[in-house]
Amino acid sequence: MTARTLAEKILSRASGRDVRAGDLAIVPVSRVMVHDSVIDAVMAGMKALGKERVWDTERVCVFVDHAAPAPTPVVADSHRVLREWVRGQRIATFYDAGEGVCHQIMVEDGFCEPGTVIVGSDSHSNSYGSVGAFGAGMGATDIAVALALGRTWLRVPESIKVQFVGQLRPGVTWKDAITKVVGEVGTDGARYACVEFHGVGSLPQGDRITLSGMSTEMGAKAGIVVDTPEAPEWLHPDADASYTRVVRVDLDALEPQVAVPPRVDQVVDVSAVAGTAVDIVFLGSCTNGRLVDMRQVVQLLRGRRIAPEVRLEVVPASRRQFEDALADGTIAALSRAGAVVGASGCGPCLGRQGGVLAGAEICLSTANRNYKGRMGSPEASIYIGSPYVAAVAALTGVIDDPRPFLEADEESFDLLVAHRRRSRPAVGAASARAGDRARELVGAVPIRTSPQVFGMEVED
Amino acid sequence: MARAWKFGDDLDTDQILPGRYAPFMTGQDKFHAYAFHDARPEFATTVKPGDVLVGGDNFGCGSSREYAVAALKVHGIGGVVAKSFARIFFRNCINLGIPVLESADAADLVADGDDVTLDLVAGRLRTPCGAATLRPLPRFAQEILSAGGVVSYLRAHGDFPALD
Repeated sequence: MTARTLAEKILSRASGRDVRAGDLAIVPVSRVMVHDSVIDAVMAGMKALGKERVWDTERVCVFVDHAAPAPTPVVADSHRVLREWVRGQRIATFYDAGEGVCHQIMVEDGFCEPGTVIVGSDSHSNSYGSVGAFGAGMGATDIAVALALGRTWLRVPESIKVQFVGQLRPGVTWKDAITKVVGEVGTDGARYACVEFHGVGSLPQGDRITLSGMSTEMGAKAGIVVDTPEAPEWLHPDADASYTRVVRVDLDALEPQVAVPPRVDQVVDVSAVAGTAVDIVFLGSCTNGRLVDMRQVVQLLRGRRIAPEVRLEVVPASRRQFEDALADGTIAALSRAGAVVGASGCGPCLGRQGGVLAGAEICLSTANRNYKGRMGSPEASIYIGSPYVAAVAALTGVIDDPRPFLEADEESFDLLVAHRRRSRPAVGAASARAGDRARELVGAVPIRTSPQVFGMEVED
Repeated sequence: MARAWKFGDDLDTDQILPGRYAPFMTGQDKFHAYAFHDARPEFATTVKPGDVLVGGDNFGCGSSREYAVAALKVHGIGGVVAKSFARIFFRNCINLGIPVLESADAADLVADGDDVTLDLVAGRLRTPCGAATLRPLPRFAQEILSAGGVVSYLRAHGDFPALD
């Protein structure tokens, strides 16, 4: 058998041996990505290894993005230590607070060479597969080892093929497509595997980051888009390569998708959660914090103010995305609509900074995770959806199908908004009732619900 | 004898250590006190060195945060046994020297609070309802674990264990 998957091709090339799924390989890394959240442990790891210097100052990329700008003195101290370390190590590539999310910058500023192995201190390092790199997230000690040696060890993963067919309809996005895939495959369906995305090669880079980054939510080691414009000639999977599973997604038939808390793989058509009250909308993250996402929200808001009961938190994924959105008036339009625009970075996606959730609050987020406690209070609920769904939630205060809003003429648009706002459960009781609705859905939807989804016994 | 702490499927790292209590947020000397803060509030004050965590599928999914494993290390957890593990959590345990073992039957045999014995030599988790079988680790991982983690291994040998 000679046919090989992308993972087998990249890891064979990197390791200099013909390796197949299941083999262990020791491979050089082309870059190591490190961010603020783990720097103390990474430094401690290098010290414990007895290594004072990183193996190659040109191949290390450091970011302050996870809690940036610093929300507390403890974090501020950690950032100070990180800056001193970067200077002391003479690391050339350093992006300080406000520059943006590590993954967005790694891709848009060209640090991800297609066909190479890149390890990052963040689980969404899979994002580098958007340009054909084998990007894998690792913990702090693995990163310390990679920084010290310039190498890492990997088990060559089996691969899962996701085949997209057809065309997305208006109002349906690649976020909906990948959320559908996560729902089909499940949070552990791609554990230890590489997900190959077929049928989307020439998609804009940003949408490809959405796909590759979300492969993490299926447990994948890497998520690589096949035949991207950046990919060299040798980098495409053989026609008869072996896959453990093939998932076909019919884009023509796809509806807007929503992941229902507290699981990313608890995925329903938006109609199943229509009418759920929302307190706060988060537009941002490496998954959906780009100009195209902000434009989609502005397109749907049509110059209207957001609903009075709702906050809209916008965090551009990088300074470049922010500046592009400034230049074309998108930021001004969001601000006029009532949005709070935060400094580029991870923002409230992981509940550390800028708009964390209160108990019983319900959030519609364009990010990638809705675990209990992810964005703040463990009592808060997080629905995951596309920027269009986010825009409707901000405008009306409820989750709804964005397509009628996109299609309506001006007069019927306002009627639709008014109707939806009236239907929103009253504040206070609203949160409780919407929470009940989420629980009903958990019972009604025939997908991977476990009585121990929180890792603790559920009382009833 | 050790206490078994039983968890379900898909236990994510936000449950093991919520992001808001990362060492980065709370300080290097305090973060472990927030282990299972939301999911099992009594854990951090009652866990004993040598206790064993037992879970279902996809144990440790979610964020790459090694400090979730580091918190378990500070508490002296004797091992983690689950039907299957999320990949980054698995690596982090090997790297920090916490035995991390797959078992098809442990989760079914163990109830929370059981007295159990983790016998790594025999490859068994002994429980009041019988012995669960532990799947042997690859030699590569065993060598790192036996050294007490990847840092100790690399300090002693200068490089990764040899591949077969």
